Amino acid sequence: MLHLILFLIFGAICVAGAVNLLVQRHPINSALSLIVVMGSLAVEYLLLGAEFVAAVQVIIYAGAIMVLFVFVIMLLNAGEEERTRGSRVALLFGIPGMLAGSVLMGWVLLEHSGTEAVPAGALPGPPKIIGWLLFHDFLLPFEVTSVLILIAIMGAVVLASRPESVQQTKKEG
Amino acid sequence: MVPLSYYLALSGILFACGVTGFLIKRNIITIFMSIELMLNGVNLSFVAFAAQWGTLKGQIFVFFVMVVAAAEAAVGLAIIIAVYRTRETLNVDRVNLLKL
Repeated sequence: MLHLILFLIFGAICVAGAVNLLVQRHPINSALSLIVVMGSLAVEYLLLGAEFVAAVQVIIYAGAIMVLFVFVIMLLNAGEEERTRGSRVALLFGIPGMLAGSVLMGWVLLEHSGTEAVPAGALPGPPKIIGWLLFHDFLLPFEVTSVLILIAIMGAVVLASRPESVQQTKKEG
Repeated sequence: MVPLSYYLALSGILFACGVTGFLIKRNIITIFMSIELMLNGVNLSFVAFAAQWGTLKGQIFVFFVMVVAAAEAAVGLAIIIAVYRTRETLNVDRVNLLKL
């Protein structure tokens, strides 16, 4: 019962943050409400017993990625977004499409997903077992992601560096 | 005891909010944040299914999704900085040429 109450409270905070992200016009407000969403999702992971994922969610998502976002918003001095009029075709097809999609999703969830309860904290998810799985069953994907991160670092440096400064260093060198 | 469908409904709502933001927002940084919101919704359904079937592999996949999201954020924000440097705007309606 306590789990259900906690799930509902943090689920409501989560949805409120997501809606606030859509409503706010200044990107910094959207970024802060996204941090709220990620923090309450970490609590949901804890309710499911996934301690490792909850910790990684707070450290990587709410910590690293969102700091990067806020940093870029401040660096570019992003102001309020200007509203432009959307196309009428998008309104004409978008709203019926969204309604049809949500009805379909609700029907699938109600009819075809198991209604059996997920036992809270039933998942044996200590970091020790996850580390063992990562370095035995998932060793190849793990190493591939390290290459991916390396490529992302180099790509970010190349893309964000000024073209003039690159030419200058070439002339000097 | 929380039914699995509640978790799936929450993840579906988050994903739908992400899609809506991706479509209606005009600021390129906010569009990027909507993508992160979608990834978070998918992560929640991964963890819920992992708890349902009693396996840890779903959590490993969440870990990989987070790694890909981090790499994507780094490269994407660098692209945003490059676009802003040449076009001096963050509005996607004004970024309508493939060349910088």
